[in-house]
Amino acid sequence: MPRRNDIHKVLVIGSGPIIIGQAAEFDYAGTQACQALKEEGIEVVLVNSNPATIMTDTNIADKVYIEPLKAEVVKNIIRAEKPDSILPTLGGQTGLNLAMELAESGFLEEQGVKLLGTATEAIKMAEDRQDFKDTMERIGEPCIASKVVTTIEDAVAFAKEIDYPVIVRPAYTLGGTGGGIVNNEEELREIGGHGLRLSRVHQVLIEKCISGWKEIEYEVMRDSKGNVITVCNMENIDPVGVHTGDSIVVAPSQTLADKEYQMLRTSALKIISALGIQGGCNVQYALHPTSFEYAVIEVNPRVSRSSALASKATGYPIAKVASKIAIGYGLDEIKNAVTGKTYACFEPTLDYVVVKIPKWPFDKFVKAKRTLGTQMKATGEVMSISSSFEAALMKAIRSLELGIFTLEQDVYKRLEGNELVRKLSDINDERIFVIAEAIRRSVTLEEIYEITRIDYFFLCKIKELVLMEEKLKTLTPDQLTREILKKAKKMGFTDRIIAKLTGAAREQITALRKQQGITAAYKMVDTCAAEFEAATPYYYSTYDDFSEVKQSEREKVLVLGSGPIRIGQGIEFDYCSVHSVWALKEMGYETIIANNNPETVSTDFDTADKLYFEPLTPEDVENIVEAENPKGAIVQFGGQTAIKLTKALDEMGVKIFGTEPESVDAAEDREKFDEILEKTGIPRPRGKTIFTLKEALEAANELGYPVLVRPSYVLGGQGMEIAYNDKDVAEFMEIINRTVQEHPILVDKYMMGKEIEVDAICDGENILIPGIMEHLERAGVHSGDSISVYPTQTVGDKIKKVIVDYTERLAKALKVVGLVNIQYVVYNNEVYVIEVNPRSSRTVPYISKVTGIPMVNLATKCMMGMKLSDFKFGTGLYKEPEYVSVKVPVFSFEKLHDVDISLGPEMKSTGEVLGIADNFPEALYKGIIASGIRLPQKGDGILMTVRDTDKPELVHIAEEFEKLGFTLYATGKTAHMLNHNGIATNAVKKLDEGSPNILDLIQSGKLGMIINTPTKGRKPDRDGFKIRRKAVEMSIPCLTSLDTALAVIKCLKLGKTEGELEVLNLDIFK
Amino acid sequence: MKAFLLLEDGTVFEGNSFGMEGGVVGEVVFNTGMTGYQEVLTDPSYCGQIVCMTYPLIGNYGVNIDDIESLRPQVKGFIVRELCKTPSNWRSIESLNEYLKRNEIIGLEGIDTRALTIILRDRGTMKGTIVTGDTLEEIEEKIQEVKKYTISNPVLQVTTPEVKHYGGSGEGYTIALLDYGLKKNIVRSLQKRNCNVYVFPCTATAEEVLAVEPDGIMLSNGPGDPKDCGFQIENIKKLIGKKPIFGICLGHQLTALANGANTEKLKYGHRGCNHPVKDLDKDMTYITSQNHGYTIVKESLDPEIMEISHINMNDGTIEGLRYKNAPLFTVQFHPEASPGPGDTAYLFDEFIKMIAK
Repeated sequence: MPRRNDIHKVLVIGSGPIIIGQAAEFDYAGTQACQALKEEGIEVVLVNSNPATIMTDTNIADKVYIEPLKAEVVKNIIRAEKPDSILPTLGGQTGLNLAMELAESGFLEEQGVKLLGTATEAIKMAEDRQDFKDTMERIGEPCIASKVVTTIEDAVAFAKEIDYPVIVRPAYTLGGTGGGIVNNEEELREIGGHGLRLSRVHQVLIEKCISGWKEIEYEVMRDSKGNVITVCNMENIDPVGVHTGDSIVVAPSQTLADKEYQMLRTSALKIISALGIQGGCNVQYALHPTSFEYAVIEVNPRVSRSSALASKATGYPIAKVASKIAIGYGLDEIKNAVTGKTYACFEPTLDYVVVKIPKWPFDKFVKAKRTLGTQMKATGEVMSISSSFEAALMKAIRSLELGIFTLEQDVYKRLEGNELVRKLSDINDERIFVIAEAIRRSVTLEEIYEITRIDYFFLCKIKELVLMEEKLKTLTPDQLTREILKKAKKMGFTDRIIAKLTGAAREQITALRKQQGITAAYKMVDTCAAEFEAATPYYYSTYDDFSEVKQSEREKVLVLGSGPIRIGQGIEFDYCSVHSVWALKEMGYETIIANNNPETVSTDFDTADKLYFEPLTPEDVENIVEAENPKGAIVQFGGQTAIKLTKALDEMGVKIFGTEPESVDAAEDREKFDEILEKTGIPRPRGKTIFTLKEALEAANELGYPVLVRPSYVLGGQGMEIAYNDKDVAEFMEIINRTVQEHPILVDKYMMGKEIEVDAICDGENILIPGIMEHLERAGVHSGDSISVYPTQTVGDKIKKVIVDYTERLAKALKVVGLVNIQYVVYNNEVYVIEVNPRSSRTVPYISKVTGIPMVNLATKCMMGMKLSDFKFGTGLYKEPEYVSVKVPVFSFEKLHDVDISLGPEMKSTGEVLGIADNFPEALYKGIIASGIRLPQKGDGILMTVRDTDKPELVHIAEEFEKLGFTLYATGKTAHMLNHNGIATNAVKKLDEGSPNILDLIQSGKLGMIINTPTKGRKPDRDGFKIRRKAVEMSIPCLTSLDTALAVIKCLKLGKTEGELEVLNLDIFK
Repeated sequence: MKAFLLLEDGTVFEGNSFGMEGGVVGEVVFNTGMTGYQEVLTDPSYCGQIVCMTYPLIGNYGVNIDDIESLRPQVKGFIVRELCKTPSNWRSIESLNEYLKRNEIIGLEGIDTRALTIILRDRGTMKGTIVTGDTLEEIEEKIQEVKKYTISNPVLQVTTPEVKHYGGSGEGYTIALLDYGLKKNIVRSLQKRNCNVYVFPCTATAEEVLAVEPDGIMLSNGPGDPKDCGFQIENIKKLIGKKPIFGICLGHQLTALANGANTEKLKYGHRGCNHPVKDLDKDMTYITSQNHGYTIVKESLDPEIMEISHINMNDGTIEGLRYKNAPLFTVQFHPEASPGPGDTAYLFDEFIKMIAK
């Protein structure tokens, strides 16, 4: 069927901020969708609240709206743009829910807007638990015994019927938010109640627990004609019970015979045919390990995280094909972009193994509960490709950037035998290492299987790796034969690990290996197992003799990507890497990108000229360098991941474009940095570098509390805390020292002033500052967690001048070529520098968008030798626009138990949104609602419990809330103080004052917002912690900074509804 | 022990031996299926061939008693990148290594199968030899030996020696199935449709076949060059028009030859489970299981007698023919699947419908 001729202008809805369960994969999908539509001459209107995305670039869509993803807002965009259609299935659950809301309200019909792709009824059939069950029953596909309930009593009654354990799955939530496995009635009441509250339709599914079955997924596609294909199947190494987003996944399935493979494939195709899917779809199965019995777990009638993974695992561009299907094409009419010859109507076949490992935030949230279950906790993922499972697993492990390069880890070696075996039953991120250690200690595979239910196939593979580790330990470097060395390399061991195990130096092993002629070869991902010649240079490494890489004659530049999405290093760095590649292409260079994150645009095979899907470690990068011999490398855009490789690249003799490696080091090295500050005469808060606890305490007392304690060379303020006393210092030092510190620890005087952030481009001579941003929360909250405002609203010209001057001086002193990000604090009208990062920062995408300056493009060109005078943007501070942009962070606290939500110097947010308006309060309001904070409604209760030092300031805030018509609550002393000031406040009992107390109040549903500023430290046993966690569980917005509370008051005073907000597209910045 | 693959152009791959030791010569082909190695091994159409699997991990789910397409492995040799020594599947009764050893098939593992596949793709299917031992000697002599190799009368080697009867439920049709090297799943597919099946040796005469008074005739798949099957082609000529006929793979090619069309060898054939085929009548594309090295020459078709019903979406080759001179249709691919997708099993239903008319 050819393309429909009634589609001329399409609205694409993005997925909003990065949160756990919805990460960069939808930027990848959305970008592909926009490109696929534009290719057809269709005008594309895009709406997304996330400014760090590539899809919100004005070269991706024709009209870009960075606006809150709210029905009333999108309605206004539709009224303004009058698209004829909406593409709803590429913006994740957020985009789909929004489109469904618009469709169900009748608005789309009224406006004459069509929903493209899968029909509304089909989506409902797949998403609504009961409809789905009925459909499966009708077509004879087995489901797990389950029942949809809307009350907790019904849940309890049904659970009795099918017996515990049961799984609770809320309807219409992301990543299984609010669900879990429960073993008894008490747990069911807690988790079930929580799930009911979180579900948009107030429904949860109570389901028979089938943990221990194999979990298998199929990515399937269907066009409007009814052609159906399977793109890929995947097997979760973790059996049913762990959310697929939190499972280690292998593609294709490894333990299924053809009969089982085809049985599930047939079922998946039958299901999408019955649902009438038009586009991509994901079907999840539970397969009994010792019979042909299976059950359909779930169907996602849209492009999903799994489809991004399947796309990268096979080379089949699911999002692009889904978009073409949505506008009418048949699978048999869409070309296979990889071969350029065949069609999209085929099934990719793999001749390699793909392993995905989730990237969890537990290295950052050391106190978070690590247990994995039906609710996803990972922020991102890594993928690796190799020709053996062992090598793919080893590559994936080192791609996680946890400082782990092999299965053997000291932490688990220290465990007693009984404790080790007990730990096997903990389903968490550490399990694979625990299994390896158990195998090493001769726990039988049978015993491990009984506990973990991980298939013997995988256990045997882990055993192979352990045996190799043990074998290498028995050898000295001289005893390493070519055969053993080659085998170890083929199994994915790095030289560094072989060196460690054989007691040699890394260099010695590398030399030995090269002498033996053992070098990396690169194979192509081509969708067809080499049956046809492929046109797309998408490579992975193996240790074979035949390499398929052909070095071209062109000048090549290697761009290093940013690895998995994690807290502190998100999608913004992928944005930067991709823009750098595009700039290099404009300049005529051949571009090579190396990255390992399957969710990204950078790992799309047509972004760079060549894609290497590889771990980002020195050895893996050196292999690429040897294969390609690039003119140089770019490390500024790949976040800390790429920056960390600077030294290694330098040692390999690879030219680093832009700022010299010494300068990068000077900015991070305290002593060298202090020298530069002294030379330039720029003040910074006083501080010391220390190694031991004793030194830390001495330094803290000398500087005077409060102080900031942090390790050097980290991202996102990892491990950074404000200490108010000796006890805090001791606690933080203990946490920091849990991982071995190669660099000193920093103790600085903490200044509670206004934080200012600047991103600038420097060509070595001149500097262009696109904008100065101001943080709404005062210093002490990590810049990534602060509400950031551009242009500044409260900074005077005098201070701005100082900042421009300091920025210029610092950039020059550090000889910056490319981007630099500088953070300042203004304290008592003096400007101090806090931090200089001679690289791209998290704010670059948003500032680029709201200033109209293509920062990465200019920076890349400067790095390659062009000058700022070659461009039309001038130098110095760029003119400020008439519009105000407010960046608001977004957190994923409801997914992470036992994490304190209070904000501090360590970053906790997973994503961000942007609000744009012609005045500050409205921009702020847009940002706040886009971030998902539900503003309290008139008459709601507001609970205030703040630390003593904040009490004086609270009076004004409370007064404003009272004036706005809210009912105020506070604990003893605070209530007394407020009442004393003439502000009517209800006193509430503290936790230890009997009941009903503060937790009962939170549970009562009377509250619309909580303001709680943490006292100090971060011991989770404090009352404040319990209050904040309870707030998260009850979905009550909880503000932990008075500055944020003031911002909320501004929004409330604005008195506008969502529908009254003016919608703006990015053309205003042109 | 080591083992070597030597191709007729002199290319050598060194790996490890598994299965039986010794030496073997055959035509080297690659199969791109990710699952189904047991079905591939036992598919008689591979008679005379050394099969290389492109999926790197083979043997993962062991060998079971059910997933066989004939009673023994039919390949001459088997090449895999990594042989799984610790298979895991509830139906597995032995490892692939044990199975091949027991059945005296030579295996080669640990070579770069992708490199081999690219060679076969670029230079076309070649003959080759697998030799086990510590070193590869007398290479020139071996190449000469390889070059001399031809698969002679493979159909005769794999066909059933005598007529076999698979009784149906009594309600269905009686089908005469001519065995040129059939895959058991053809019989199972007919049995599933309540048919009473007589399997005939490829040497059976038309008279012998018609003597069981079949309601329909099926022509099976099989190995080798269709033009070597003169007797069978003549026989088919005698059967056309007598009863409704459905042909698969070699059966498809022989029928075309019987109707005056021509066949030719493909550069490297179609072997795998992911080949898209368009049913021109339905205007739908299906994913099919395939295993063939020859195809029918488009230009040789007589439009008066036959028309193309299916085409391959990858290379446009003929995948199915419908005849105008008799109730007869044939397909190049394998609707019985095994291994591979069963998306085109509907053709068996169409055959039954054709008989009912």
